[in-house]
Amino acid sequence: MSLFAFFRDRKKQNSASIAKERLQIIVAHERGLHSQPDYLPQLQKDLLEVIRKYVPIEQDQIQVELENQGNCSILELNITLPDR
Amino acid sequence: MANVLVVTSGKGGVGKTTSSAAIGTGLALRGHKTVIVDFDVGLRNLDLIMGCERRVVYDFVNVINNEATLSQALIKDKRLDNLYVLAASQTRDKDALTLEGVGKVIEELKQNFEYVVCDSPAGIEKGAHLAMYFADEAIIVTNPEVSSVRDSDRMLGLLASKSRRAENGEEPIKEHLLLTRYNPERVTKGEMLGVEDVEEILAIRLLGVIPESQAVLKASNQGVPVILDEQSDAGQAYSDSVDRLLGKEMPHRFLDVKKKGFLQRLFGGSE
Repeated sequence: MSLFAFFRDRKKQNSASIAKERLQIIVAHERGLHSQPDYLPQLQKDLLEVIRKYVPIEQDQIQVELENQGNCSILELNITLPDR
Repeated sequence: MANVLVVTSGKGGVGKTTSSAAIGTGLALRGHKTVIVDFDVGLRNLDLIMGCERRVVYDFVNVINNEATLSQALIKDKRLDNLYVLAASQTRDKDALTLEGVGKVIEELKQNFEYVVCDSPAGIEKGAHLAMYFADEAIIVTNPEVSSVRDSDRMLGLLASKSRRAENGEEPIKEHLLLTRYNPERVTKGEMLGVEDVEEILAIRLLGVIPESQAVLKASNQGVPVILDEQSDAGQAYSDSVDRLLGKEMPHRFLDVKKKGFLQRLFGGSE
């Protein structure tokens, strides 16, 4: 290994810690997704259809989230309407 | 009461069949009557790893379809008296295994064996689901590599939601992490995820770490479970893992880089 490569490698983060960081993020994200009930994606699609009857919106302008708080769940619906 | 153990991973090629064969053989070596069941319908390989491929007459699907009795289909190991193999079918019909049929066979096996080791196919389709559905304990085989760790986490989610224990609201499946193809040298260099990294991400109990070893291929070439190669690092690591599975406290070995002796440094040579 040349002297130059030695210093370059030292600056770079090693690949195992990059792998760990990426895994922690994706695993946390996917655990969230899979704890959602199976009907959520379909519900999101249906809601999108209903709203599109009146206002033209895109798929990514609607967000459906289910939050569990103790013994009740809250369905949160966020729709971004286009500028008029 | 018999114990149903599933060896699963989600990802393919991580060492499920090698581990099923080693752990099943290890349990039998310690005096427990054990059967290893291959759930990989269409792609059976446990018979090859166990070295009984020429003695398969009837298989799992024959038993489910009542074309053979369980005792006709069970293949007795030639080395150990209390070890048996139930081979998977080579049929291409992916619906050959049914929940009801598998349940019936597992129940019957539980009457006759102390341990039923289920060797799961890769993926999360029907075969993998049926392999883990009736389990009391699960061994998650994982390689220190991103896709394997992610798939293992997915599998843990399924064990917690789609198994019989989960559906009946019983005590959850006991989960064990088996880290395979571990290379301490590369971990030290920062090129491979370490034991602690994988443990931290998956957050389940560590059953064992199996080092990447030439003994594994050598064993599969010969149809001998690697745990019977008592001289090898992998064989010893599997042996420790079986002891831990049975509740023994064993220190983890083979986690650090082997120090090369003076002569080895001088002449190099392979390990």
